[in-house]
Amino acid sequence: MGLKQKTADLKKRMREAVKGGGTKAIEKQKAIGKKTARERILAILDPKSFHEYDMFVKHAGTDFNMDKKFLPGDGVITGTGTISGHPVCIYAQDFTVAGGSLGWAHAKKITKIMDHAMKLKIPIIGINDSGGARIQEGVNALAGYGEIFYRNTQASGVIPQISVILGPCAGGAVYSPALTDFVFVVDGVSKMFITGPEVIKTVLGEEISMEDLGGAKVHSEITGNAHFYAESEEECFYQIKELVSFIPWNNEIKATPYPKKSPKTRKFNIPDIIPADPRQPYDVRHIVKAITDDSEFFEIQELFAANIVIGFGRISGQTVGFVANQPLVLAGVLDVDSSDKAARFIRYCDSFNIPLVTLVDLPGYLPGVDQEHAGVIRHGAKLLYAYSEATVPKITVIMRKAYGGGYIAMCSAHLRADFVCAWPTAEIAVMGPEGAANIIFRNEIKNAENPEEMRKQKVKEYKNKFANPYVAAAYGYVDAVIEPYETRKFIVHALEVSDHKDIIGPKKKHGIPPF
Amino acid sequence: MENIKEKPVETKRHSYKSLLVENIKYRTHLTKKYINRSLYKPVDEKMIHVFIPGTIVKIFVKKGKKVNEGERLLVFEAMKMNNDILSPVDGVVESVNVKVGDKVTKQQIIIELK
Repeated sequence: MGLKQKTADLKKRMREAVKGGGTKAIEKQKAIGKKTARERILAILDPKSFHEYDMFVKHAGTDFNMDKKFLPGDGVITGTGTISGHPVCIYAQDFTVAGGSLGWAHAKKITKIMDHAMKLKIPIIGINDSGGARIQEGVNALAGYGEIFYRNTQASGVIPQISVILGPCAGGAVYSPALTDFVFVVDGVSKMFITGPEVIKTVLGEEISMEDLGGAKVHSEITGNAHFYAESEEECFYQIKELVSFIPWNNEIKATPYPKKSPKTRKFNIPDIIPADPRQPYDVRHIVKAITDDSEFFEIQELFAANIVIGFGRISGQTVGFVANQPLVLAGVLDVDSSDKAARFIRYCDSFNIPLVTLVDLPGYLPGVDQEHAGVIRHGAKLLYAYSEATVPKITVIMRKAYGGGYIAMCSAHLRADFVCAWPTAEIAVMGPEGAANIIFRNEIKNAENPEEMRKQKVKEYKNKFANPYVAAAYGYVDAVIEPYETRKFIVHALEVSDHKDIIGPKKKHGIPPF
Repeated sequence: MENIKEKPVETKRHSYKSLLVENIKYRTHLTKKYINRSLYKPVDEKMIHVFIPGTIVKIFVKKGKKVNEGERLLVFEAMKMNNDILSPVDGVVESVNVKVGDKVTKQQIIIELK
């Protein structure tokens, strides 16, 4: 065979592989509004940047006549490419090939590209669309999952790991996304659960649809398993590209800087946004936008535990992680879900050299038996742990209320915030004036001729004396009291001077956070 | 120049609820999860209920029978297992709300003691 024939043979083999599960299977995939694995990769990556590897890998099944079957690429496409110039490793499970089921060779392809990402120190993106373990391969399929989980854990905090759920992802398979940093879901397409509706029905007699059990909305709103919710695959791909622009390639470098831009202060003017009465709500995301470059804010887990807001923005072109109480939802209280949400984000930012800006305005913790019984003690402790442990630059802005335990938890000076500023509207106190006055002046109120009148008077007295930033400032717990419009200037400067911040903690293998 | 055209942020004033934290009433939105949270009910040990759905296989007691703590009241099949339901306290059976073969749902009260 000459070169010409050999080239023709290669082309034929490639055509076979690219066909995936064949026209019929592809039609089926499209009929339910899903893109094919290859289309997805090409849509996420820069044009012409995708390089595929292991196209000719053969599956390893020998039992149940599997050796007679040809599974192109063994149901997963792997390779490298770029997103807006940022290098990434990527893999996509191909549902058209044996339902995207995971066999030994399929897993081997995934672990190989993961190892690659670790060596090259670049992000890994995994697109999940699989019916689960390839039962015919038995225990080797399980081994495959285990190898992936181990690598997810090793890679955690070293390279960014992104999971995109674009189809079913059930049983053990869900644990790979769960171990990664960010999970993307699409309405009507993504389905994640440990035990599916059928099992639940036969064993427990409870009837529930796949969508209600583990659809995109459920994981974005209720469980918190997903970080980004999209209405369509296109929207999802756009979100992935956005995210990649904000994060560094690995834990040894910083995120790529962007050109500096000013916030749109006409639209987002702090004095217009924030009511002086601490009981009145506002959208804290507008405050974030009043601070960030071009008033851009990329929110994470928007629908889950909305009483705390987390996400990325840029200040002077540098990526910053924002954590902010949201008075618009549940008055911005801390609770089980919001503590968990913020703590994980703080650890992400700390791992990847992203400075943290904390905007404080909270009444405290959410009261209730359900909260106590759900373990608000140990979940709340995660937030203290994450802030205390973080060594990236930490800047705290106390806007209005900062009462009690909530004040400590929201990156106070005591948890080693590097810079704490407060607005004149800040109220830093051991508890809200009403509660404090009731305790301190209990006897005066009880013995007064008109207890209600006395109570009001004492609350007012307490408010005048303690509901301000100056008591904390007098002890040096607040570094500066600033006018709200100076906030960006304060943060810009704080970031400038803390660029070389270096803290070496006590020697240990790792801590034991209240997981 | 584009900035000038943009309107200041509008604050919606409708549909706020109030939330009480440390005697202070805050105006805010509530989440679905918060509204749907299950409210605490004290546990009444004398109301015997099942934790998972299943089928009643055998019943050992009748109304008026005296039972001791730990005594078998009935057998109930769930998760492909036969589960013995034992009396958590000494008492007298006030009523048996199920019969053999009945399918029961989660949290359903099957026997009442007094």
